[in-house]
Amino acid sequence: MSKGLLQYLTATVLRMMALLIAVTMLSFFLVHNAPMDPVDAFLGEVTVSEEQRAQIAEHWGLNRSPVEQYLIWVNNTLHGDMGESLTFHEPVTKVLGERFRASLLLMGTAWILSGVLGMILGIIAGVYKDRWPDRIIKTFSLLLASTPVFWIGLLVLMVFAVELQWFPLGLAVPIGKVESDVTWLERLHHLVLPALTLSITGIANIVLHTRQKLIDVMESEYVLFARARGESLKELVLRHGLRNIALPAVTLQFASISELFGGSVLAERVFSYPGLGSTAVVAGMHADAPLLIGIALFSALFVFAGNLTANILYGVIDPQIREGGGIDG
Amino acid sequence: MDRDILLDVRHLSVGFESYNAKVEKVFFNAISDLNLTVHKGEIVAIVGSSGSGKSLLAHAVMNILPDNARTGGQMFYKGEELTPDVMNRLRGHEIAFIPQSVAFLDPLMQVGDQVVGTLGEKARGLQQKAFSHFGLKQQVANLYPFQLSGGMARRVLLSTSYVTETEMIIADEPTPGLDLKIAIEALRDFRVQADQGKGVILITHDIDLALNVADKIAIFYDGRVVETADTQTFRGDGQGLKHPYSQALFHALPQNGFNLPRCPKCGATCATWNVDEKGMRCGCGNS
Ligand SMILES: Nc1ncnc2c1ncn2[C@@H]1O[C@H](COP(=O)(O)OP(=O)(O)O)[C@@H](O)[C@H]1O
Ligand SMILES: [Mg+2]
Repeated sequence: MSKGLLQYLTATVLRMMALLIAVTMLSFFLVHNAPMDPVDAFLGEVTVSEEQRAQIAEHWGLNRSPVEQYLIWVNNTLHGDMGESLTFHEPVTKVLGERFRASLLLMGTAWILSGVLGMILGIIAGVYKDRWPDRIIKTFSLLLASTPVFWIGLLVLMVFAVELQWFPLGLAVPIGKVESDVTWLERLHHLVLPALTLSITGIANIVLHTRQKLIDVMESEYVLFARARGESLKELVLRHGLRNIALPAVTLQFASISELFGGSVLAERVFSYPGLGSTAVVAGMHADAPLLIGIALFSALFVFAGNLTANILYGVIDPQIREGGGIDG
Repeated sequence: MDRDILLDVRHLSVGFESYNAKVEKVFFNAISDLNLTVHKGEIVAIVGSSGSGKSLLAHAVMNILPDNARTGGQMFYKGEELTPDVMNRLRGHEIAFIPQSVAFLDPLMQVGDQVVGTLGEKARGLQQKAFSHFGLKQQVANLYPFQLSGGMARRVLLSTSYVTETEMIIADEPTPGLDLKIAIEALRDFRVQADQGKGVILITHDIDLALNVADKIAIFYDGRVVETADTQTFRGDGQGLKHPYSQALFHALPQNGFNLPRCPKCGATCATWNVDEKGMRCGCGNS
C-alpha cells in the first residue's frame, strides 16, 4: 500500500471518529436538556408511585452526571448494546436494523432513479443548450428545485392513489398481512409512490449540475480541437463529454445521499412508510432518547459512508490522482 | 483567378460581444480588415507579438471561435467560399490544425488515443510512426496530458497532424518548448510538405525561426496584417520592407544588432508606438 493512501485512510478514520463523537455528544446534550422527562415518556398514561419512578430512574442511571451517562452509553454501544427503545420496547439495534432495511429500499430506488434520469436529462439539456429541449428541461428542473418534498408527495398521493387508485395510499406492505406472507410485488407496489416523490426532489439538482458541466466541457479547448479534427457532435459528446462529466457526476451522486436522507424523513411521513425517517419523528415525539441517539449515530455513519465512497471513487476514476507523475519522453 | 490559391482570407474581422459590469452589451474588436493569401506549395509565416490575434485567425479559419465571437469578411478555400458548413466538411481531412497548448488535449484521455482520434485502429500504426519520428517513446501513448512535459505535449500535438493526409496545415506556435534539434526537424517537415504542394500557415512570434523555412512572412499587429513580405526582403539590409513596423522588427533581430526603434522626440522604445496601415507614431504625439 502506498504511503499516500495509508495517510489518507488514517486521516479519514480519525475524521470519522471525531464526527461520531461530536454527533453523539450533541444529541446527548440536546436530549438531556429537552423539556420531556424520559420516565414520563416511558410510562405514558400508566401511574406509578414515586418510589417506583425512582427505581426506574435508578435503573436507567438518570441520577448520574450527564458525562457519566454518556460514557456508560459509549461503553455499551461499543459492546453492541445501544439500549432499549422506549416506544417500541425492543433493543435499539433491532429497531434500527428493521427500519433501515425499509428505508434502504426506498432511498436506493430513489437514488438510482434520480441519478440515471437526472444524468440523461442533464446531458440532453446540455447538448441542446438554449434550444427548446433545454428550455423545457431547465424550466421543469427549476420548478422542481423550488417545490417542497411534502407538497410533491401530497400531489402524487392525490393523483395516483386517490384519483386514479393505481397505488396504495401508504405503508410499506398491505394492512393486516403477516410480514412473511408479503410478496415482492406487493412491496414494490407500495414503494413506487414514495420512491417517485423522493427521486423527483433530488433530480433537479443533478439535472442542473450535469447540464452546466457538460456545457463547460463542450466549450473547452479540447473539444474545440476535437471539432477542428472533424469529430461530429455525437462523437464529441460520447468521447469527451461523458468522460469529463463522469467524475463530478459520481461525486455529486454520492454527496446527494445526505439530502436524500433528509428528504426521506418527509417522504416517509407523507406516505406513512415505516422507514428510518418516520421512526426518527416517532422517537422525537415520544422522547425516546436511546432510539434518537441511535438514529443520529446511524445517520451520521451513513452520510459519512456516502462521502467516503465518493472520495474513493474519485481516486479510482481520476487519472491525475490514480497515476501521479509521468515518464520522460 | 489564380488556380494555385489554396486559402484566401478577405477583409476578415473578428470581435467579441460581452456584457460589462453594468450589464451593457460591449464589443471588443480583435481582428479588423485582415487579408491573407496562401498558395499551394507555400509556407506563410504569421509573425506578431502576443495578443495580436494570430490564434484567433487560425480559429476563425477552422470555425472554432466561441459563441460570443462575431466575424465579418469572406474566406475562400480552393475558390469555394468557406462557409461554416463547408468548413465542417473539410475539417480533419482537407485542413489540419495544430493547436497552441496542451489545454487542447482531453485531460482524461490517453494521448495515443487522442492522436488516433476517430480514425480507429487503422491509424494506430501512423501514430506509432509519428511518435518515433518526433523521438517520443512508445509508452508515451499511454500517458495522460498532465503527465507530459511541455516538449512532449508539443510533439504529441504535432503528431496529431501526422495521421491524416491534408492539403493544408495551420500550425499555431508549434515549436516553443522543443529542443532545437526537434524544432528544426518539425520545421523541415513543414518544408517537405509544402514542397509536395501543400499550403502551410506557420504561426509564431519568433521571426528568426520563420525566416528559416517560410516563403512569405505576414507581419501582424493588433489584429491587422501591416505587411506581407517575401522572406528574401528580410535578408541583407532590409531595405525592401515598406512598413516602419516591419523595418523596426527587422532592426531588432539579433543579427542586425538588436536596435530597438526610438522616438526622435521622447526617446521611448517600442511599447508606446501606435501602428496602422500608414505608419507608426510614438504615443507622445510629437513624431
Ligand atoms: N474568447 C475571447 N473573448 C474575448 N477576447 C478574446 C477571446 N479570445 C481572444 N481574445 C482576445 O483577442 C486578442 C488576440 O488573441 P490571440 O489570437 O490569442 O493572440 P495571439 O496572437 O497571442 O495568438 C487578445 O487581445 C485576446 O485577449
Ligand atoms: Mg496564440
